[in-house]
Amino acid sequence: MTDSSYRALAEFAQTWGLVYFFGVFVLVLVYALWPSRQKKFDEAARMPLRED
Amino acid sequence: MNQAARSKSMTIGEGGTAAAFAILAFLSLIIAAKAYTAEYAFHAYLFAAGSIAAVFAIIDRYYSRPAQTPLTIDGKPNYNMGPVKFATAIAMFWGIAGFTIGLWAALELAFPVLNFDLPWISFGRLRPLHTSAVIFAFGGNVLLATSFYVVQRTSRARLAGDIAPWFVVLGYNFFIVIAGTGYLLGITQSKEYAEPEWYADLWLTVVWVVYFLVYLGTIMRRTEPHIYVANWFYLAFIVTIAVLHLGNNAAIPVSLFSPKSYIVWSGVQDAMVQWWYGHNAVGFFLTAGFLGIMYYFIPKRANRPVYSYRLSIIHFWALVFLYIWAGPHHLHYTALPDWAQTLGMTFSIMLWMPSWGGMINGIMTLSGAWDKLRTDPVLRMLVVSVAFYGMSTFEGPMMSVKVVNSLSHYTDWTIGHVHSGALGWVGYVSFGAMYCLVPWLWNRERLYSDKLVNWHFWISTIGIVLYITAMWVSGILQGLMWRAYTSLGFLEYSFIETVEAMHPFYVIRAMGGALFVIGALLMAYNLWKTVNEPAAVRVALAPAE
Repeated sequence: MTDSSYRALAEFAQTWGLVYFFGVFVLVLVYALWPSRQKKFDEAARMPLRED
Repeated sequence: MNQAARSKSMTIGEGGTAAAFAILAFLSLIIAAKAYTAEYAFHAYLFAAGSIAAVFAIIDRYYSRPAQTPLTIDGKPNYNMGPVKFATAIAMFWGIAGFTIGLWAALELAFPVLNFDLPWISFGRLRPLHTSAVIFAFGGNVLLATSFYVVQRTSRARLAGDIAPWFVVLGYNFFIVIAGTGYLLGITQSKEYAEPEWYADLWLTVVWVVYFLVYLGTIMRRTEPHIYVANWFYLAFIVTIAVLHLGNNAAIPVSLFSPKSYIVWSGVQDAMVQWWYGHNAVGFFLTAGFLGIMYYFIPKRANRPVYSYRLSIIHFWALVFLYIWAGPHHLHYTALPDWAQTLGMTFSIMLWMPSWGGMINGIMTLSGAWDKLRTDPVLRMLVVSVAFYGMSTFEGPMMSVKVVNSLSHYTDWTIGHVHSGALGWVGYVSFGAMYCLVPWLWNRERLYSDKLVNWHFWISTIGIVLYITAMWVSGILQGLMWRAYTSLGFLEYSFIETVEAMHPFYVIRAMGGALFVIGALLMAYNLWKTVNEPAAVRVALAPAE
């Protein structure tokens, strides 16, 4: 690998990598905290407790 | 009966698997005959014997099985618990073996004469035997057992595959035998936690792909709309371990007839791939998989829903996205580019958030049921495991900070840190899960003795405390002695002086390890009695509450 392509890769990882990760994290927060999912998650939390 | 026998025919899976094993047996015999070394020939013979046994087992099972295995009986799922029982029982065996080998290795460090000048039990060979036995043999079987149990119960569906689940548990344990005997015979590719050579790695790859398919197939069969969070953690563990295993074992064998191979990576790239693998073996094998246990067994045992299901989702995604980048903290102050080291350290520190989020979620699941900690020693073990998880995931990021690492790296502090996670978190959450599983699987009302669980808990806890405090003191002492200079700028201590200074701590550490082994023996006795003692006697022996 040449020095310039190494630099380009390192720079890409250090900038767009950060933006990408932050974006994914925001998506996860939106998914998990969306108010209308409250009921679904409450039910999911009780899944291990049900007997068959 | 005759009717059933006539309508019964061998499935493609049975016939195909038997044929594949027959071919493998044949190939193994050729390799055994042409092998460059006796040790490799021994392994080829093991493969041949195992393959022939598999062919006979498949045919024998065909004659004894019913024509059809129903997916449900009276509307209830017809769970497949045979492989779960096997993995649970053999986990106990490997656990005691692995802890005992660890104790012996610890004693060798304190009293080197104990290797009796035998190459097979020198520290260099026993150490990988110990780490692989506890992580992959004990921990791996606990993960196989609990994951197959949890995925069936939370999907309300029978395990996918007919022979496949048995292939996974038996094939995995065959890999363990190959790996372990290889270390003793001196076959290793010298990569930490990835010591087995190319042929064992190939075999594990096949087993692991089948494991993934069985797991995914069961989830796809589910009658529940939602995939419970524990399954997400187990899936992340299975998928990531597959990727790590392939990346870190990309090696080219010298010959089909030689156990030796060369890795395709070189220099610092090899080091980086190794620690990308090594740290994520911790992150996905020893953390994500066991968090799957936490998210099923603690709510089940406490009879309370997870404290916050939303937190568990954020916990999951944050954990898997951050862990995979933390590996470079194993390579501080090496030839690895500086920014990559800093990246590893930064991601390690960010891991505080999901780790503690998960710990809070696990412990707070008990809110409203705290009294059970007093009355249920199994639940106490599970909850203390999460407390140890919190402690070691606080310590780890701290040690990944470069200035702290310059003191702690290469010292016993690292060993202490690993063991607070391994004995306290992985060990206790596994013990707790096994204490739950055995009565459930063998249809027993309760354990043989809660009192013995209590003894196990306290003896092991004292053992862990002795172990980690000894290693903290020893590690920091070691680190400080290595970096001490005289006024003239010379190193103050020779290396052998630092080794001498470790001796008392090595003895204390071995004592801690011995207590941990004793606890595990009590557990094995208790589980054995739970399965084999008639119910009436068991109830009579139970202490009054």
